[in-house]
Amino acid sequence: MSRFALPRWSLIAALSLLTLAAAVGSLLFGAVDLSVARLIAAASGDGDRVASIILFDLRLPRTVLALGVGAMLGLAGAALQGYLRNPLAEPSVLGTSNAAALGGVAAIYFGLAEIHPVVLPLLATGGALLSLALLFILSGRAESPLTLILAGIAVGTLAVAGTSLALNLSPNPFAAMEIMTWLLGSLENRSFEHVWIALPCIAIGMAMLLWNGRALDALTLGEDAAQALGTDLRRTRLRLLIGTAIGVGGAVAVTGAIGFIGLIVPHLIRPLTDRSPSAILLPSAIGGAALLTLADLGVRIIPTTNELKLGVVTAFLGVPVFLIHLMRERRLW
Amino acid sequence: MVSLVLDHVGVTLGRRAVVQDVSAAFGAGTLTGIVGPNGAGKSTLARAMLALVPASGSVSIDGTGAAAMPRAELARRIAYVPQGQTLHWPLTVERLVGLGRLPHLAPMSRISDTDAAAIERAMARADVLELRDRIATELSGGERARVLFARALAVEAPALIADEPLASLDPGHQIDVMDLLRAEANGGGLVITVLHDLTMAARYCDRLLLIDDGRIVADGTPAEVLTAGRLRAVYGIDARVETGGDWPTITTFGRAR
Repeated sequence: MSRFALPRWSLIAALSLLTLAAAVGSLLFGAVDLSVARLIAAASGDGDRVASIILFDLRLPRTVLALGVGAMLGLAGAALQGYLRNPLAEPSVLGTSNAAALGGVAAIYFGLAEIHPVVLPLLATGGALLSLALLFILSGRAESPLTLILAGIAVGTLAVAGTSLALNLSPNPFAAMEIMTWLLGSLENRSFEHVWIALPCIAIGMAMLLWNGRALDALTLGEDAAQALGTDLRRTRLRLLIGTAIGVGGAVAVTGAIGFIGLIVPHLIRPLTDRSPSAILLPSAIGGAALLTLADLGVRIIPTTNELKLGVVTAFLGVPVFLIHLMRERRLW
Repeated sequence: MVSLVLDHVGVTLGRRAVVQDVSAAFGAGTLTGIVGPNGAGKSTLARAMLALVPASGSVSIDGTGAAAMPRAELARRIAYVPQGQTLHWPLTVERLVGLGRLPHLAPMSRISDTDAAAIERAMARADVLELRDRIATELSGGERARVLFARALAVEAPALIADEPLASLDPGHQIDVMDLLRAEANGGGLVITVLHDLTMAARYCDRLLLIDDGRIVADGTPAEVLTAGRLRAVYGIDARVETGGDWPTITTFGRAR
């Protein structure tokens, strides 16, 4: 048992409280300085119009998305690390987030994003689903994780190449800038239309991945032993693929690429559990929700000339986690 | 009473026929050793018994075809210790042994008192109770082998198949593992194990299957199967087989010329 392990329900309760605090903070703070009293009045339905618009049309969807996307990324990272039995796995290893990003980039490149705000996330979700089909075709019926990683690299590389092509051929610097900005990942100016696109995808994704917990535990003994314990490897992989592609694809579709949440959250959670793959799934989802919401809060309250992009902040967060791992590996800490 | 029947079982991997036309029946209370040279198809035969590889012919357990049986049902009837002590994640010993209860758990349920009792029994039988809170990946080879056995025992299946459980163990730990297998058979279990050490196989097993090139070459008691002539033909070695004691002992001299 790890030195820091907590009873399962205490851990879930503590993380839920942290997430709740982050969500409340996300509703209270933003670019416009509104008093708590005005926000409470707006929430109870008899506030002024400005406060009401800021709370319900700007901060609420942004907070809901931060929670949902963070939870999806944290969970997908934990599930993939368990399935591939590799602590460095993260949601992008299957290439679906790159494919979703390419869908979004295509929407900007061809000017379709200007038709309606939901065109971009819809095309991005389409990109993720297309990559899922490609993954099925490429990885075939084989049950080894290696074929899945190879197929994921192929799909991801193709999507990144497509994105680079769009940047390369972009008609003017402004289009290129718009693509780059979207790729950095952000929750700025997201509305409930985005929420309705992302949340169903995230719900399907999370259900599929949480369902895999036992199979992931059995897989710690290797594939033969897992099967001999009654695990259906094909169905396990099917749930993993569909869950990651639809869930992460839907999340990236509305936020752009936000890296490292799926990688670092399971590492932060693992020492607090008995380390079995199933035990970190739900806590990683809650922890991911808390971390992304806090990061998004940080983006809004750190004073910079341009608003910091969320993907940039999460990338910086990833570095210390790796340094700690490196130091542990070298037994310096 | 548990029974396992192989009827003209064949396995082809790629283009190679790894197991060919194997027929044999196994019953309760017997420890059977599968012996044969490297690449003879011993492990593949063991995997075919568990429906882990597609096989021709039929494998039936208690009269039902293994291939058509739901995985969890098969898992409740045959426990399996695969080759190579694979452990991919630093679980505690108790948690690892608890994985043996997976075939018994209903969807979304937690470990029950019955499961917890089975885990305790398995840890006691494999003598790993004192390792309960240790991290399994940090154990020595001998401790790890006992823990993986406890994991298989926790299934409490009537049959147990162990693939090369003695690999990388010192003589003391080899005896511990063979004692465990023997005790399972004495308790009424159907136990099948793939072995390389012929003297260990002769000492502990009731019955040996000698496999060469995917086929059964000999099937009988250790004294019937292990003859100097067969060892020369199958392994290509000169060996002396002494049959005067309680079990045959094999002394190898060198490659047959």
